[in-house]
Amino acid sequence: MSKFRKSGGKELPPISTASLPDIVFMLLFFFMVSTTMREVTYKVDITLPQATELSKLEKKSLVSYIYVGEPKPQFQNKFGVAPRIQLNDQFATVGDIQDYVIAEREARDEAERPQMITSLKVDENTKMGIVSDIKQELRKSAALHINYSSRQRIER
Amino acid sequence: MAKKIPEIPSASLADIAFMLLIFFLVTTTMDVDSGLERRLPQWVDPEQLEDDQQIKERNVFVVLVNRNNDLLVEGEYADIDNLRERAKEFMANPYDEEDLPEKEPQQIPFFGETMVTKGVISLRNDLDTQYGTYIAVQNELVAAINELRDELARERFGKPYDELERDQQNAIRDIYPSRISEAEPKKVE
Repeated sequence: MSKFRKSGGKELPPISTASLPDIVFMLLFFFMVSTTMREVTYKVDITLPQATELSKLEKKSLVSYIYVGEPKPQFQNKFGVAPRIQLNDQFATVGDIQDYVIAEREARDEAERPQMITSLKVDENTKMGIVSDIKQELRKSAALHINYSSRQRIER
Repeated sequence: MAKKIPEIPSASLADIAFMLLIFFLVTTTMDVDSGLERRLPQWVDPEQLEDDQQIKERNVFVVLVNRNNDLLVEGEYADIDNLRERAKEFMANPYDEEDLPEKEPQQIPFFGETMVTKGVISLRNDLDTQYGTYIAVQNELVAAINELRDELARERFGKPYDELERDQQNAIRDIYPSRISEAEPKKVE
């Protein structure tokens, strides 16, 4: 004969988590669509210079990258602090660029080769000497279409 | 009555999705690659290089950048803020002045016979010039040509250059060609 129920029996029902996977999947798809895969692990520090007349790199698959900058602290005892070139995942010298360009070219479809672009990601404090050397090597290997990677500058 | 198939538990679905989400967060980057697009000249063997390409003094706009990142434009010190204006004036030569580049008539679609400038911008830098300065100078020179093209596009077609048809763009490109020549770097005093 329980006329009076035990007090405190009216608990809130737990929040349903049935929609949690849907929410997370939505986030997942957002990130999958809006981001791109990292191409390499940077071994050099790069602060890109600023510019206003930018054009976007449309086809990621046709771009090959050359990185130039000071080696990151963990590599400095081995490679010093002078700006170095990084191709793919390792340090390289100016002489390796021609081989790199040829390898990149071989990896592409023959019809797409004329549209290939070389993107130069160079730290803004680098001296032009090394950049000029790279440009000469690129000219020698007939990779003439280049893109000086830079950040958008807000005009005053 | 048919036997009921037990439902697959979906409690772990969220965990799996989270795991995928975190994987993509870590391995991808958000930034869009953009930069100054340029074309390098063909490689010429230094021994075959002929030095007899005579270009008249008035047709060349010389920009030098030295090792201290100072600018020398047409023989005098200059500020990077004025560079764009001066390059525009050089390429357009609106009043046909004597010391600015010559023009020659050319047949150009949409425009008919038009006077096209013979001007060349020559950019030369020292081996010790900072890359940031070099890009800033390049940017101003490219901006000058882009602005001229845009002004012409608005005047002729009433639309910005970017929204024009391909052959209209080509016509404007013929009038204002992007002639920025980069000599081999030398010591710049």
